[in-house]
Amino acid sequence: MSWDDKLLKQAKKIIKLYPQKRSALGPLLHLAQSKDGYISDDSITVISELVGITEVQVKSVSTFYSMYKQEPTGKYLLSVCKSISCEINNSSEVINKVQEFTGLNNNETDEEELFTFEAVECIGACGGAPAVQVNYETVEGVTPENAINLCEWLKETKPDVVVADEMQENFGGIKSFDWAIQDNSGATSTAPGFQTLKTTEVKK
Amino acid sequence: MKETILLTKHMRDNPEDSHLIDSYEKNNGYSTAKKTILESSPEKILEEIKASNIRGRGGAGFPTGVKWGFLAEDEDRYLVINADESEPGTFKDRILLERDPHQLIEGIIITCFSANIKEAFIYIRGEYAKPARRVQQAVEQAYQKGYLGKNIFGSEINLDIVVHLGAGAYICGEETALLNSLEGRRGEPRLKPPYFPAVKGLYMKPTLVNNVETISSVPWIIENGGEEYNKLGVEGSTGTRIFSLSGHVNNPGNYEIEMGSSFGEFVETLGGGIRNNKKVKAYIPGGASAPWFRGDQLDIKMTIDDVANNNSMLGSGAVVMMDEDTNLVSAAKSIVSFFAHESCGQCTPCREGTTWLEMILDRIASGRGRTSDINLLLDVCDNISPGLSWPPKMTTICPLGPSAVSPITSLMNDFRDEVESLIPTKVLL
Repeated sequence: MSWDDKLLKQAKKIIKLYPQKRSALGPLLHLAQSKDGYISDDSITVISELVGITEVQVKSVSTFYSMYKQEPTGKYLLSVCKSISCEINNSSEVINKVQEFTGLNNNETDEEELFTFEAVECIGACGGAPAVQVNYETVEGVTPENAINLCEWLKETKPDVVVADEMQENFGGIKSFDWAIQDNSGATSTAPGFQTLKTTEVKK
Repeated sequence: MKETILLTKHMRDNPEDSHLIDSYEKNNGYSTAKKTILESSPEKILEEIKASNIRGRGGAGFPTGVKWGFLAEDEDRYLVINADESEPGTFKDRILLERDPHQLIEGIIITCFSANIKEAFIYIRGEYAKPARRVQQAVEQAYQKGYLGKNIFGSEINLDIVVHLGAGAYICGEETALLNSLEGRRGEPRLKPPYFPAVKGLYMKPTLVNNVETISSVPWIIENGGEEYNKLGVEGSTGTRIFSLSGHVNNPGNYEIEMGSSFGEFVETLGGGIRNNKKVKAYIPGGASAPWFRGDQLDIKMTIDDVANNNSMLGSGAVVMMDEDTNLVSAAKSIVSFFAHESCGQCTPCREGTTWLEMILDRIASGRGRTSDINLLLDVCDNISPGLSWPPKMTTICPLGPSAVSPITSLMNDFRDEVESLIPTKVLL
């Protein structure tokens, strides 16, 4: 169950980036989220040892932030924005459709562990309201119909990497700004598709 | 009305690859940082920033030169870039991170040179995964070129940048909460004093905390001189600023303009007017925390001081237009729900008050309101922010609680009829 060598190596690199070990806590929790789809008790033990604080201290931080999930998530985390610009642009209908399709209430995961649904606060895509994120990859200008199409597409094709540009092209509409060049980077888990890595090798 | 393009120039000229270092350098990128490191002095840079009269773009509008001037002496000092952009309506830092990350890095290099800082952190909100990837890639490229790391540009100067991802907490935009978060703690704002991170910040060491847009403006200011920057805009709101326009407009988006035009002109020209030729019922001039203006107040000028003189704030530069068909109670409820969700829970008036406000507004919006609810709303608001004045009086460590009060005082002052019309009148049998 414990973290394998590769993950531990990565964790130690992250810790080295910071003047004080504890600063690495946030990134390590993201790492734990990407490993299991939630912050497991096992990860809490590993992280507490790595950072040199108690398990309770780790848990206290992990439960403060909404992106660290305390229960297992599905393969795809569907986050539909409900803040002001989306709210006045019909996000409630998008939320209804996604809930209808998935049969999920807020913060629920289906039995197949395919989808987790959440209605979230502002994701910084107000010019492209209403906006949706899948594993923190943004799609803007999503109509209620396209929200269903997006869910269906995820269910049928089950992509391992979720790419914002691909989803935007197929299911998006109006955008906050011109995204310009196509970008095929994306997310592979319900943690944001981002890792602090090479910087460590260059510095220190 | 036209845009004035400084910060968004490179990304507009080079849409294909503006985020890559080769493209940035081809367009004179990093030449200002190089010249600064090799030829300038920290004092000279600070003078230029002071002369530009630039004020922070994160929301509070604090003069950047003054903030830099506060930085206390210490061997370890830090720069933290606040890229935790989460104020509803705001998406201006996202474009700067995603489309022109090298401009930010160049700004960081110049800032750190001026302030004698050897380590900088870019704290990006966790939901900005793609922008964070672009910034991380840009940082790697700058390391490879020797613009970051040891002996940058062949000088004696060392500088490291770490890209740090947040995890979904709006409150971490508050600078002391951000510092706690960066220290691996819960993102709870710190009790003041110490008042200024510039004296006691990250690890209780002197720390500059600046917004993405502020630092992205630094290369232009140093390249062209503080005086030139000061000529743009109006007194008290110099330079250009990126406004995020959203809501019921034909052309939502980011617009870089000199401050000083009216909101009405902005929306009619750059914004392309309101959708379906509707009228504006109300609008938010500076993010969800700002009190609203009415549709008949579109002639207010978009400057920090003009908006403040009309009892609101330009805040993060997020303008949200709400047309005549908008249900303002639902809109207010959305904003209050936001603050209720994002309250860190340290202070009782905010933690309990925002939850109460959300519940009462939900009751009214769904047609179950009671006649007593209006006074109850005002009473709860008064407990969070006594007197309901602007700028708000505080009963809390940070301004999040009073921010939740803003839309309700706007409703009560200007749209009370609409609220009352939703409350069923009792029928006596």
